[in-house]
Order: sequence, then structure tokens, then C-alpha cells
Amino acid sequence: MDVYIKGIGIISPQNTTDSSKFLDEVVAHDTEFLSCVQPNYKEFINPIQLRRMSKLIKMGISASKLCLRDAGIENPGAIITGTGLGLVGDTEKFLNQVLDNNEEFLAPTAFIQSTHNTISGQVAIALKCFNYNNTYSHRGFSFESALLDGMLLIKDKDAENVLVGGFDEITPEHHSIIKKTHWVKNDAIKSLELLDHKTSGSVVGEGVAFFSLTGEKDDNNYARIKDLKTIYKPESNEEIEAKIDEFLAKNNLKKEDIDLVILGLNGNVDTDDVYYHLADNYFDTNYAYFKHLSGDYHTVGTFALWFAANTIKHQNVPEVARFRKENFTEKPIKNVLVYNHFREVDHSIFLLTQ
Amino acid sequence: MSKRVFVTGIGIISGIGNNVEETLESIKQKKSGVTDIKYLETIHKGQLPVSEVKLSEDELIEMAKLDKSEPFTRSTLIGIIAAAEAVKSAQINDIKEYKTGLISGTTVGGMDKSELFYHDLVNTTKHIEYIETHDCGDSTERIADYVGVKDFVSTTSTACSSAANSMILGTRMIKNGLLDRVIAGGIESLTRYHMNGFNTLMILDKEPCKPFDDNRKGLNLGEGAAFLVLESEELVKKSGKKVLAELTGYGNSCEAFHQTASTPEGKGAYAAMKEALDRSGLKATDIDYVNAHGTGTDNNDLSEGRAIQTLFGNNIPKVSSTKGYTGHTTSAAGGVEAVLSVLAIQNNMIFPNLNFETQMKELSFSPETELLEGVKVDHVLSNSFGFGGNNSALIFSRY
Repeated sequence: MDVYIKGIGIISPQNTTDSSKFLDEVVAHDTEFLSCVQPNYKEFINPIQLRRMSKLIKMGISASKLCLRDAGIENPGAIITGTGLGLVGDTEKFLNQVLDNNEEFLAPTAFIQSTHNTISGQVAIALKCFNYNNTYSHRGFSFESALLDGMLLIKDKDAENVLVGGFDEITPEHHSIIKKTHWVKNDAIKSLELLDHKTSGSVVGEGVAFFSLTGEKDDNNYARIKDLKTIYKPESNEEIEAKIDEFLAKNNLKKEDIDLVILGLNGNVDTDDVYYHLADNYFDTNYAYFKHLSGDYHTVGTFALWFAANTIKHQNVPEVARFRKENFTEKPIKNVLVYNHFREVDHSIFLLTQ
Repeated sequence: MSKRVFVTGIGIISGIGNNVEETLESIKQKKSGVTDIKYLETIHKGQLPVSEVKLSEDELIEMAKLDKSEPFTRSTLIGIIAAAEAVKSAQINDIKEYKTGLISGTTVGGMDKSELFYHDLVNTTKHIEYIETHDCGDSTERIADYVGVKDFVSTTSTACSSAANSMILGTRMIKNGLLDRVIAGGIESLTRYHMNGFNTLMILDKEPCKPFDDNRKGLNLGEGAAFLVLESEELVKKSGKKVLAELTGYGNSCEAFHQTASTPEGKGAYAAMKEALDRSGLKATDIDYVNAHGTGTDNNDLSEGRAIQTLFGNNIPKVSSTKGYTGHTTSAAGGVEAVLSVLAIQNNMIFPNLNFETQMKELSFSPETELLEGVKVDHVLSNSFGFGGNNSALIFSRY
């Protein structure tokens, strides 16, 4: 299922909008949750439209335009997005109106903008793109489903290139709700020390990213996405190992061939075990992690894919993202595997090659 | 791509019945599910008619033999009932025997409980078990766990075309050999959230909806869940089981016009139908019946009607919208109408477009108003169009 990443547009809690740089300057967060570094939206959206748009729509349109500019593509053959929770800000706004005004005197704008397919629809309108358009919303498989869909479109020659993205936002109100679960750490911590706090829960982040995928090989591409796999509710580490074995074999690789394994470690002592298990007992290579830079959210796979593609493009794993630094060895980065899971339920693997 | 994809099972629950048999009976009796609101707590009770599933949540839990202490949303409950019926109808005994996926469509997700407990969730520690039932994936995973699917789960969320897009992804995954069979469809329960949302758009009719009628005033919302079991050609050959229909064509196109409206000429609707037809290898004249999206809004019926005219020219097949029966079940609509399309083929039947009286000025055709029995129905085109310009079309054919 080979496809190539031709362009990326990503807005994240790090400085990621300049594609020539790869975490040259790291943004350290010490707030309760990690918010995105906002770009200058006027560069992408005209001021009249800008006023009407909620934050996530602005980020979505801007990231899609950044991506297409990076790829040198005007109109994609398909637009596919994934989101865990959709447009949280607009949803809260309309829901509060409904509840506070007892279903009376409501304005439609927030409702209209609150469906999960708003971003894919708005990007299509901005680009006048009448092609295939789809949106997935399934927890830790939201972006992964979108990516799979896009890869199939290219494989089946339904599209020459596709724009695949993921988006999630965190708002103070939503954070105050999810803080009541054991998935979120109780106190604000320094994000870069995420793995040092041996406590339950993680730190929430947000982000929007689009990838331009093509079936055409080109020296300017970031990397090749060789395959992806989702694993739903694996019962044991043995099952996970067996699934990775099978996945690598299908792609004619051995685990020794993997130059870099990127782990979705999020600092949650209850659920990080599988990553430590893979690093201790399964792979024997270089490792990286990234959620101390992005925070954790349903579509954090977008940040992982951006990170993986850039390690190949730049042939470098930034110091800040190296895991088990003491054992890190300099070597060419040809095959990269990303292992991530959402709350131990939705596990995913990306395989990228040069 | 040479592989064919077959429908081997169907399951449905909506305002016109709790299973396939009851649904067909209501259709034959011209019995609509659209009535006064009974189950949803809203100020619109007695004002806006809807098509509710005629069971309380306690009754649904009992019907599915579920644990009452678990946090189930209404959409999850109806989803479980419809998916379980589809699996049973496909005579699947061991779901893990072959690579099986579950792809559901929903947009409202677990909003029914979120809106009920929202102030508590923000201000207190009560009902926090419903924090994690809010998102769209929750219902899909609970349905998957109930029927035992493990190989692949996903959820589409493209508003009113969600279920159709689930079936499209399922079909493509089977054709690519990634899965042997897929349970695909959609679910949606009524919520105050989207009822009020649609109401602010002024597209809800205070009377039973009149799709394709010149005096149509809008849609009636409905709730429901419906799933198809799709299987690969190899699997069907191996088991020799009864095939209900073949999914021969699909199309997906974006209108890219307006977040909540379609072009008057129905550009996106036409593109989706044309693509489905091209993929199926059929000619327009092969289509015997169009189960239209036909919501009863000014905008939809005009653009869809015009798109149908563009596609079929002077040979417009029988057309009807079944929204007068089920209401507009939004994300579930594509699934509900896929099940009805399969039933049309199996029973050689074309369903009436309820409440139609006056021919639309802009259209050359009017919808079928009577139940037609014993007619040739070999190929059915089913349309699902959604907010955001997400248009999809499916073609089901006799096997």
C-alpha cells in the first residue's frame, strides 16, 4: 500500500509551520493543557471570513493550505479528515445556549459549525474541491481511518493525490470535565518532564495537521508510508508482539530492520507499560517519543506521523525527542515504526520508509 | 478490482419497527412512525412531530439483555439491537472465524446523555461515567464488543451521509482483501441538541413531512439504527449462504458550496449518483427504483430532483422518499434506506412516498405514492446527502 508524503501542514503546541525546520526551538509548556502555537491566519484566510470562523476552523483551513503549498498541489483528489471530538468549542457554545435558554432564542451558527465534517467541508469549499470527501470520528482510530481511506484511494487509483488530516482542540471547559477522569493528570506539570511524573493520567494537547499523499515517487517527498495497522483491544503484550511480527512480515521486514521506533509514551503509569515492554523486550534499536511536545489527544497520530516523516527527511532525531538517550546510536534512518495507543483500546502502527 | 461484495444480513430499528419484519409490515400498511414526541424531554413536545423508536431505554436494555449499571447511550442501545439482528440474519455463528470489521456512522454520538448531564459534568462529580460515552467512537466500540467484532472498528461522521460512507469504506476494504466481511451502517438517537439545531435552520415541518411536494415545509427528524452485513465473494461461495443483494455501485462527492445547503441544480447529488452508476457498470435505464434522500426541505428536494432529472433524462425510474415513514434519521438514514432498498429487491416492491399531494413546479416527475407489489426491482439507487456537502449514493442489485 505504498504512498508518499508530498507535503505537510501542521499547527501544534510546537513551532511546526515552517517545514524547513524540525524542532529547532522547542516550546516548553507548564500549563494544565498544551495549546497550539497560533500562526498568522491572515496569511491563509481573508479578514472578513476570518472574523466568522472559530479557532479550529481557522487552524483547519490554514493547515490545509500550508500542506498544499508545501506539496505544490492546488486541488487534491480527495479530502479526508479524522477527529476524536470534533469542534469542541462550537459544540459547547450551542449546547450551553440550548441548556441555558431552555431551547429558545438560539442562533444557528455554532450548531452549523459543530458537526465533525465541518473542517473537511470548509476546506473543500475553500478549495472548490468537488472530489471524494469523508470524515471519521473514532477515538484513537480517527486519523488512522482517514489515512487508511486515503491510502486505499491511491492504491485503487480513485485519486492521484489525497489530502488527509486530523484535528482536535482542547478548551478550558472540556478540560474541566475530562480532568474528572483518571486519564488526565491532576496538576499542571512541566510538559518536557512528562515521563518523570510517575502518576496516573496524561497531559492533554491539541493539534491540526494535513498530509498530501501521492502514489508518485519523487526525491522531494518526505517519506513513504509503507503500511498502517490498527489493533483493537489487544488482550496481552504477546498478542501485540504477534501482530507486529505479522505486520513486519507482510512488509518483508524483520524487527532488526527498524532504525527508529517512535513510541506514544504519555506519562500515564497505568497504560505506558506496552511501550516499555516493546523497548525492553521486543525491539533493540533507537527510540523516540513525542507526547511531551504535543500533549495527548485522539488524533495525536498526526503529530507522530509528522515527526516520523521528518526524522527521515532530516535524517535526524532531535535530542529532545530521544528516548533512552544513553543507548542512542547514530545511524541512517531508513525504516521507522510508530507505535501508539489510545487508552489501551485503540492501538495503531505506522510504518514509514525512506 | 474484480471482487464483488454481497449483502448477506440486514438489521434495523426505527420509528416503524424494532426489526426487519415489523419494518416491512409498517411499510405495507402505510404506517408512519412520525408522531408526537414521547421519549425525548424537550419543549418541542406536541409541537414538532418526530419518528422515535417506540421503546424507552429501559425497554431497550431489557430487549438486548444488557447490564443496566453500564452507561449506555440511546444510540448505542438501538445500534446494538440493529447490529445483532444483522449478524443473526447473516447466519453468522462464530464472528471470529473470518476477518470481520464493524463500521458505524454517527454524528450526534452520545449527545443524548451529555446534554442531560452536562451541567453536572461541568459543575459536579455526578454522572462522570457519561464523560466517555460522549464521543462518536463509544457507540461503535460497544456495538463491536456486543457482537464480538475485533479485527477492525471505525466510525464515519459526515452528518446525514454517515451510514452510506460506512458502507462505502466497508466495500472498499473487502475489495482490497483487508477484511472478509463488514457490518456497516449507522445509528442516531434524537437529541435536544440537533433537534434545536435543525429548528434554528427553520427546516423542521410542524406537520408530517411531504417530500417532493410543491408545498413541502421541511423535514421531520427521526431516530434509528440499521446495519448490513457485507461479505466477500469468496466467503459467500465458501458458505453457500443466501445472498440478499449485491452492492454494485457507490459514489461519494462533495458539493463544496455551503455548509448546510446544496446547489439548486444538485451538482453534488448528480456527481455521487453518476459515480455510483459508472462503478456499477449499469446504464441509467437499468435502475428500477430510486430511494431518494428526499428530506422534505425546500433545498434538498429541489436539488436532488433536478439531479435525478439530469441523470435519467426522459427515463426517470420510480422515485420515492421513505422519510415520511421513518423521519430523517440523519446519520442512520443511509443504513435505514439501504435496508429498505434490499427489502425492495427481495420483495419486488416499490415503496410509497407518503403525504405527497402536489407536483413540484420545477420538476418533470412526481414520486411514487402507492405501494407497488410484484414489480421488477433489480437495481435500486439509494441517496444520502449531508451537511458539509457530503453526498453519497449506493446501488443495490439483485443477485
